[in-house]
Amino acid sequence: MANLFLAAGLVLVLLMLLCLVRVVGGPTVLDRILGGNVIGTKTTVLLLLIGLLYDHVDMFVDIAIAYALLNFIATLGATKFFLRRKAVHLEQEEEGGSP
Amino acid sequence: MNVIVVVLIGLGLFFFTAGVIGVLRLPDFYSRLHAAGKCDSLAAVLVLLGVALFNLHTPDLAHVLVSLKILAIAVFVFVASPTATHAITEAALVVGVEPWTKEKKRP
Repeated sequence: MANLFLAAGLVLVLLMLLCLVRVVGGPTVLDRILGGNVIGTKTTVLLLLIGLLYDHVDMFVDIAIAYALLNFIATLGATKFFLRRKAVHLEQEEEGGSP
Repeated sequence: MNVIVVVLIGLGLFFFTAGVIGVLRLPDFYSRLHAAGKCDSLAAVLVLLGVALFNLHTPDLAHVLVSLKILAIAVFVFVASPTATHAITEAALVVGVEPWTKEKKRP
């Protein structure tokens, strides 16, 4: 069973690295926020898998709860910030706008 | 019991993979948001259910309490992920990110 959890954790880390591509190279700021949100959800699950591997789920479950709350608040806060600042760079529009 | 855990975690990993492929490959912001929101909340809830079920192999009070906490995380993710997705969509609509239409080239 431990091998299954180890494999699942490794797959999750690989998927998080793939999401990092979207965070680094996303066209708009909102794409980057979306990538960060997806990585945060995966991290919540990954923390529980790490807890199963170390046989300390009772400790890691609290960390996972805190991380889920933090991820939600961080996404809402960053979205509100960029909504108020109107500072989202629309590179798509600049590229496609000129005929 | 173990078969159900393996099936739940495998399905969760499948939906995580589908969500990441959607985030990477879909052409515009709104469709990427669609893939990320739906696949992520479903996959996270599936894997969390699998972990909570596996944690019940010794059913004493401490393990049952930990499983209830994991279920609380699942309920929270199920509520919070659509809320965050909705907030990002609202910001994109207000700021004016243009949806992808068939006439535009795929970036």
